[in-house]
Amino acid sequence: MTDQLSRVFAALADPTRRDMVARLTAGDATVNDLAAPYAVTVQAVSKHLKVLEEAGLVSRTRDAQRRPVHLEAEVFDLMTKWIERYRRQAEERYQRLDELLAEMNDTSDTGRTGDTQPARQEGTAS
Amino acid sequence: MTTTNPAHATIEADPRVPIIRITREFAGTPEQLFRAHTDPDLFARWIGPHNITTKIDHWDARDGGSWRFVGIRGDEEYAFRGCFHTVSPERIVQTFTWEAMPDGVSLETLRFEDLGDGRTRLVAESLCDSFEGRDAWLASGMESGVNDGYAKLDALLGDGAV
Repeated sequence: MTDQLSRVFAALADPTRRDMVARLTAGDATVNDLAAPYAVTVQAVSKHLKVLEEAGLVSRTRDAQRRPVHLEAEVFDLMTKWIERYRRQAEERYQRLDELLAEMNDTSDTGRTGDTQPARQEGTAS
Repeated sequence: MTTTNPAHATIEADPRVPIIRITREFAGTPEQLFRAHTDPDLFARWIGPHNITTKIDHWDARDGGSWRFVGIRGDEEYAFRGCFHTVSPERIVQTFTWEAMPDGVSLETLRFEDLGDGRTRLVAESLCDSFEGRDAWLASGMESGVNDGYAKLDALLGDGAV
């Protein structure tokens, strides 16, 4: 799964591919449709599609003549969940910082400096 | 002082440069936020994750100084190191390396924006050395010091995204 996510992120690091994906959210499209807005060859667009396909972001019907490109929405669900997990970890970290700040506020007038007076004189730099 | 509204970290990834940006408001002054990021004892108490004990190995929070800390969970150790480039009350600039990936280094810029009334907005940006580096980092799930996040998919894909 991690490998797939890695491929998904790598695939979406390219602005052309992101744009193609955004357009596919409106519905399936052929390679020619997708190539139309860009000043690049159909071959170049096919290359981008291959990257998206390998990442599992899009699929193409093998047998149909037009071979429309289809967006695989489930992959985005996976990504969204994963990103949200990451965000939540950051949020948890900052909730610990919230608690620390509350403690600093509580103790700032009492002269209790055990927690806030390190051996080193930080805070005076620059 | 308490936070009545649970603050929420927001996360963005810039599509043009491999930056991860996290923004969060705090019930604390810029000076307090600064101390929480530069005092090693305070820093070790919140950096987490919660099931990891942080041991500060080396810490010299001044312009040109350096730092190293180790996250310990059972037998596992995760070591991180970097240099403090700029340490000022408004802004900290530092490098960040996970020692398991010693060739990868990100440049972190933390800004403490005074919102008045004892509140501060923290804007933390991590500039990775490549998109591949950023993505590998994200995909590794090793969230360590990086306040990672990612844009909502909407932000990546533009309006109308799934």
